[in-house]
Amino acid sequence: MTRPLEGLVVLEFCQYLAGPWAGLRLADLGARVIKVERPKTGEACRALATKNIYHDGDSLVFHTVNRGKESFAANLKDPNDLETVRQMLLKADVLTHNFRPGVMEKLGLDYDSIKAINPKMVYASVTGYGQKGPWRDKPGQDLLCQALSGVMHLSGKKDAPPTPFGLATADGICGTHLTQGILAALVRRGRTGKGALVEVSLLESMLDMQFESLTTYLNDGNQLPSRSGYCAGHPYQGAPYGVYTTTDGHLVMAMGCLEKLSKVLGVDLLAGACNSKAAFKHGDAIRQRIGAQITTQTTQAWLDVFEAQGIWCAPVMDYESLRQHPAYQVLQMEQAVTRQTAEGQPVSVKTLRSPIRIDGKRLVCQQAAPYVGQHNSQIQTELAQ
Amino acid sequence: MMNTHNNEPVNDADEYEAPLEGVVVVDLSQFLSGPSAALRLADLGATVIKVERPETGDICRHLYVSDTQIDGDSTIFHAINRNKLGYQADLKHSDDLAKVIKLCEQADVVMHNFRPGVIDRLGLGYDVIKAKNPQVVYAEISGYGKEGEWAKKPGQDLLLQAVSGMTGLSGNAPDGPVPLGLPVIDLWAGALMVQAILAALVRRGITGEGSLVEVNMLEAAADYQIEPMTVHLYDGSLPERTASNNAHALLGAPYGVYETADGYLALAMGRIPQLGELLECPPLLEHEDSNSWFHQRDLIKGHLADHLRTRPTQAWLDVLEPADIWCAQVLNWHDLFAHDGFKVLGMTQTVERGNGTQYDTTCCPIRIDGHRPVAPLGSCDLGEHNAMIEADFQLTQTP
Repeated sequence: MTRPLEGLVVLEFCQYLAGPWAGLRLADLGARVIKVERPKTGEACRALATKNIYHDGDSLVFHTVNRGKESFAANLKDPNDLETVRQMLLKADVLTHNFRPGVMEKLGLDYDSIKAINPKMVYASVTGYGQKGPWRDKPGQDLLCQALSGVMHLSGKKDAPPTPFGLATADGICGTHLTQGILAALVRRGRTGKGALVEVSLLESMLDMQFESLTTYLNDGNQLPSRSGYCAGHPYQGAPYGVYTTTDGHLVMAMGCLEKLSKVLGVDLLAGACNSKAAFKHGDAIRQRIGAQITTQTTQAWLDVFEAQGIWCAPVMDYESLRQHPAYQVLQMEQAVTRQTAEGQPVSVKTLRSPIRIDGKRLVCQQAAPYVGQHNSQIQTELAQ
Repeated sequence: MMNTHNNEPVNDADEYEAPLEGVVVVDLSQFLSGPSAALRLADLGATVIKVERPETGDICRHLYVSDTQIDGDSTIFHAINRNKLGYQADLKHSDDLAKVIKLCEQADVVMHNFRPGVIDRLGLGYDVIKAKNPQVVYAEISGYGKEGEWAKKPGQDLLLQAVSGMTGLSGNAPDGPVPLGLPVIDLWAGALMVQAILAALVRRGITGEGSLVEVNMLEAAADYQIEPMTVHLYDGSLPERTASNNAHALLGAPYGVYETADGYLALAMGRIPQLGELLECPPLLEHEDSNSWFHQRDLIKGHLADHLRTRPTQAWLDVLEPADIWCAQVLNWHDLFAHDGFKVLGMTQTVERGNGTQYDTTCCPIRIDGHRPVAPLGSCDLGEHNAMIEADFQLTQTP
């Protein structure tokens, strides 16, 4: 099968997560993605480990977001290396970088300079907080960006401290937006022949991720979100939406009709001051009444009752129970990627494949993340031709 | 209304050509995953025709998230469905169906998020549309894919957070499951859909081929968690949140959010002994072995939490920022909107509906050629643009 981006070349001057995440997606979709890294140590993410896990010399995080890519080692402060990189840029379709504002200008690799030598280039940059303003030189780091974006006031219960999303969500969504911008620019290039400058930032991406809640805030007289005191699921969803404790675990319930749920639970959830329009106002009281019932039986017993009634619910599972479930296994989401050590030994990492299917086919990848400079000689040869 | 959006310099309208200009999208989806994808395509310049059933329309119109409504519809509907054209059609009615098929024949992209099987029963499946429009990019979002025993389950965000292990990542260890307080899987699936559609359009621009592109929310949930899931695949462990101040189950101290004398401080990185010196917190000086920053993170975080409570946020920032320690004040939306760092982004805009109602919302987060894509058109009313669309696409003329 041919992948949609086959034949396109991406030079990735990015480190850590947001930019490389975009490169990962483009590689899965068929582009040839070449990481341009400093010699020896390579990009910084190789040494940024979660849980102190390293595999074959690189952090597992690095392996996770850089599979299926090539590596070209270059010292951008060395004129010879810089010249080689310029030669590569002449033949590339896309450049991505996440240097802080001003760095690419100093190297002579800013948009205007590149556009002058390759007008068809789609030039894409990631920053933390945009190109101007008081935060432009702040480190573009996921948790800091979450802190500034207001998102920490959306999860957890009313009396809980600000609660970050427990994964690199700003990096992830920003890498996604970078990919969208690059691909849209490539669509335009197909029509007009012109390149583009694409810019995203972690903060703007986190604002976009909150666009529904922010639009509510902008139109409800600027009321800050109010998290539920009980069974909190989402500060802008009325009861029954939330997480409930059973005798042997937890289940969640999404939007649902309170009159119907009253019948199923055998409790008048709307008794007293509660009426169905008060799912927000009296959400905590209603959730407490639901919770008092749910806590008397097992998760499965409730799922059997609720699912028979078409009530939207699900058990709370972990990675282990998810992976054992046939409904997950049938997706075949897991894949092993492999590279050869200098001694010719295969080294593998198990990870997830691309979640996009094209023409009914899954996009799988066998190639693990590259070693620093693994493809220098091959790329030098290609340039010489 | 807040005038937060007047800070952006005027875009240079003469120079700008929207990337997806001329691209026609027929969107049969509802709720959030599909419509959020269509919104992004509209932001990038596509003409999006939102097809809705008569009377109720997209169920999202009445999915209220607060007591606030705009023209009778929920605020989130207006957030998701601005800059689209409203076309009302009863797909179970043959005349209406014939018009929608005719519309799909002329579309570049057709998308839907019906549960598996429904679109085929309606007579708008990929094979039908492809036979009439071989270059079409046809995009589907489902909840759990078409194959497994969950295929017919409702593809709702919280249910997917629950089954995908996501509720074990946020909050502190004693908190039990903590969902993320945004519909992240809907948004992630929608964002994947945009990428898939655009990649298919890139290919079509080169080879002329159309495509079928598919995304499902369960795979999207896994993909959003690729980093913690890859760790689980590596060592079989489950994410363990710290007892307090948790921000990422897989990272050591100091990574977390800490209460100060007057607010909260996010602390992302830093060598623990160096933090001990800067913050004048002696217990931290003992942790010279960097392995202990992970293995003894509960202990270290406890020391930090006790200590950081003693002074206001700004006092800590004044010490940490000059030393290049990654930290930030935790803001709420009031603080954020009042800050120059937010205002300079120009991330909000006022849009106007066909009936003149105006409301404020956010903008596309992607800049193209230095230009912030904005669009003055607010959300569509049900069937608002039927006459225009029927004329423009000649839907009523017999062949």
